Amino acid sequence: MKEVLVQIDGKKINAREGDTLMEAAQKAGIVIPRLCYHEKLIPFGGCRLCIVEAESGNSSKLVVSCVYQVEENLVVRTRTGKIDRIRRILLELLLAHAPNSPELKALAQEYGANADRFEKESSFCIHCGLCVRYCAEVKQLNAVGFVDRGIHKEISFIPEIAAKKCNTCKECFPLCPTSYLQTVYVLTDALAFHSHPDRNS
Amino acid sequence: MVALSSTEKLEKFRLEIVSGRNPDKPCISVCAGSGCLASGASDVISAFKSEIEKECLNADVVIKETGCPGFCERGPVVVIYPEEICYLQVKPEDVEEIVTKTIKEKQVVERLLYIDPVTGEKAIHEYDIPFYKNQVRNIICNNIKIDSRSIDDYLATGGYSALAKVLTVMSGEEVIQEVKRSGLRGRGGAGFPTGNKWEGSRNDPEKPKYVIVNADEGDPGAFMDRALLEGNPHSVLEGLIIGGYAIGSNEGFVYVRQEYPLAVTNINLAIAHAEEYGLLGKNILGSGFDFGVKVHRGAGAFVCGESTALMAALEGRAGEPRPKYVRSNIKGLWDKPSVLNNVETWANVPLIINNGAGWFTQIGTERSKGTKIFSLVGKIANTGLVEIPMGITLKDIIYKIGGGIPRGKKFKAVQTGGPSGGCIPAGQLDMKVGFDELTGAGSMMGSGGMIVMDEDTCMVDVARYFITFLTEESCGKCVPCREGLRQMHKILTNITEGKGKEGDIELLEDLSETCIEASLCALGKSAPNPFISTLRYFRDEYEAHIRDKRCPALYCKELIRYYIDPAKCRACLICMKKCPVEAIDGEKKKIHIIDQEKCTNCGTCFEVCPPHFGAVKKISGEPLPSPIPDAERIINGRRN
Repeated sequence: MKEVLVQIDGKKINAREGDTLMEAAQKAGIVIPRLCYHEKLIPFGGCRLCIVEAESGNSSKLVVSCVYQVEENLVVRTRTGKIDRIRRILLELLLAHAPNSPELKALAQEYGANADRFEKESSFCIHCGLCVRYCAEVKQLNAVGFVDRGIHKEISFIPEIAAKKCNTCKECFPLCPTSYLQTVYVLTDALAFHSHPDRNS
Repeated sequence: MVALSSTEKLEKFRLEIVSGRNPDKPCISVCAGSGCLASGASDVISAFKSEIEKECLNADVVIKETGCPGFCERGPVVVIYPEEICYLQVKPEDVEEIVTKTIKEKQVVERLLYIDPVTGEKAIHEYDIPFYKNQVRNIICNNIKIDSRSIDDYLATGGYSALAKVLTVMSGEEVIQEVKRSGLRGRGGAGFPTGNKWEGSRNDPEKPKYVIVNADEGDPGAFMDRALLEGNPHSVLEGLIIGGYAIGSNEGFVYVRQEYPLAVTNINLAIAHAEEYGLLGKNILGSGFDFGVKVHRGAGAFVCGESTALMAALEGRAGEPRPKYVRSNIKGLWDKPSVLNNVETWANVPLIINNGAGWFTQIGTERSKGTKIFSLVGKIANTGLVEIPMGITLKDIIYKIGGGIPRGKKFKAVQTGGPSGGCIPAGQLDMKVGFDELTGAGSMMGSGGMIVMDEDTCMVDVARYFITFLTEESCGKCVPCREGLRQMHKILTNITEGKGKEGDIELLEDLSETCIEASLCALGKSAPNPFISTLRYFRDEYEAHIRDKRCPALYCKELIRYYIDPAKCRACLICMKKCPVEAIDGEKKKIHIIDQEKCTNCGTCFEVCPPHFGAVKKISGEPLPSPIPDAERIINGRRN
């Protein structure tokens, strides 16, 4: 595998061709914050927290490090005033949904995000998609999916599949950064599983 | 019909069509585009058919159902050939007179002609009408000459000659060089150079390659692509086949929204006819080139106009953009090189091939060549589709073609570029229309929406309207777009409702930066534009709403109150009777007053008060005058 030399936060790193910036940074012990990343899953690029500045030649641009791949002599900065400002606002937007998520609280402290900047929202799902993608890509069960679009988008268990498969799996439960998933599961169980003949409990 | 197996046979067949037609034979062409159909064109068409039948003129007169000529404001539009007499707003009851006078007696029906509102002069021909006269109609001109459903009509106007030309005398590389020389830039929004996009796909070693028509037009008030695909589907199809040949693709797709039923029908019909004639399928015109096209009906998501979302939808997945940093002309549909161009871009291709890049570059500015179709809507006298040469000024579009602002109102701004475009104020109307010029002014070309606004338009409300649209149309995948727009929408709504706070503008600016810099796709990256451009030119309106709780345009319902001027009220009882909540007190000869406690700000009194009284006023940001004492409310005798 071809080696690619990149510089991240001043550190010279020999990455493998095809590595994402996040993977290269991880090897050098540089932590980039993220909420929708999972090593077993195809990069989603949804939370945008892992945004970094990538400079090549005379041009620099903001890219998300979970998707952008290493390039020879790329200079990457993972913390700048602008990046920190963007991360702070992204966190503030998510804190409107899940102000008590330990993961969000820790990041909020790091970036000085104010949990009360925006009015609280009724749903505490942050749409990282970890449950949906894990179930589809790793378990290949599609027991939980996204429904609707935009600000109306939410996760939903498919009772026909979930009633049969979920009780013995629940591997997505610890992935959820806000515990919203568990709530939806319990609700689906209460509303729809009892009538299902194949219920596995 | 036996498939045409060579270009010679195509030309011979074309000659047969043309020579079989008598150019002097009267032809009644009626616009059967969506706009005219909505204003009753199908009844007009039926009336013509039965009238011609009744008069036993079937053999002598042709009735043609054509595509949209653009003058939707005055539809249904009827043009009588060969004289090219243009009748507007034709009703079924006008048909008998048209047939008797114009078809039989060769006279003009004066009352159906266009009358210039300024000079009062009548225009007999389409080309005499200022709306048309100031346009350069290279693409849309055939819409009215052909029956949208007839491939023979398209062939009669020279259709598929560009395809024949590339298949016989041009290599794919040469086609690309011609398109590059023409300077054609994508008509769908971003204005990317078309030839360069094609070249990237052609040069990539991956196979197969795909060409795609983006007919997922979704901007509020825009219908350029709709009119082209409905009115002249073969022109788009011919461009697509040429594009396929140029990049080395044998498979094309038309992604068209299901909400455009006529466009779906007409493009499917065009494909079937082209297959029958041997212009699609195996070994086209005996050249050895194979090409097939499938139509994919979109489920109506604005975000599916974005390339990666459109391709995801084509692949059968949810129409959400993909995070990637490789252009879709290299890794597109099923990760293969895919050229996606807008309807209008494809329709330009046959013209460039036939007339040459030199012809195309005669029109335009340095970096924007050719013509562009806009849908001109809003507070404008002549609503419709206009095709203009790049480089014309906004002023000429609005005043010369559009006929200015109706009801003597003042122009305030023109919004271009669709929901994520921007508003351009009166001070910049001398700006030339071109990709870079519009972007420089904080707006963009977009796909060609052009919404004119007058003095009664509140710019904060305009920003709120477009942000609402984009919030609804965001796919919800990434945080800055989904959550950022949700918050921007809330804040803007609050401002228009008088609940704005100090710091709101700065908060909106912060959210805009995050949305622009961090969003996944072009929808999010451009979504804050309606806010940014209105703030840039109309900051005072934002400040008036927030600080003084005043809407300068007297539009925002929560910030205005209605008041009856006692000096002007004639106690006519009209407003009192029409008020839906009985908030107006008065009687004959007793000046009316509005009970502010009961009033719901619906504006009915304002609308019904006779203009020559003009007694009902809108007030914003200032205290209401104290009510007139009861004793002074009685009107004695006549008031002047």
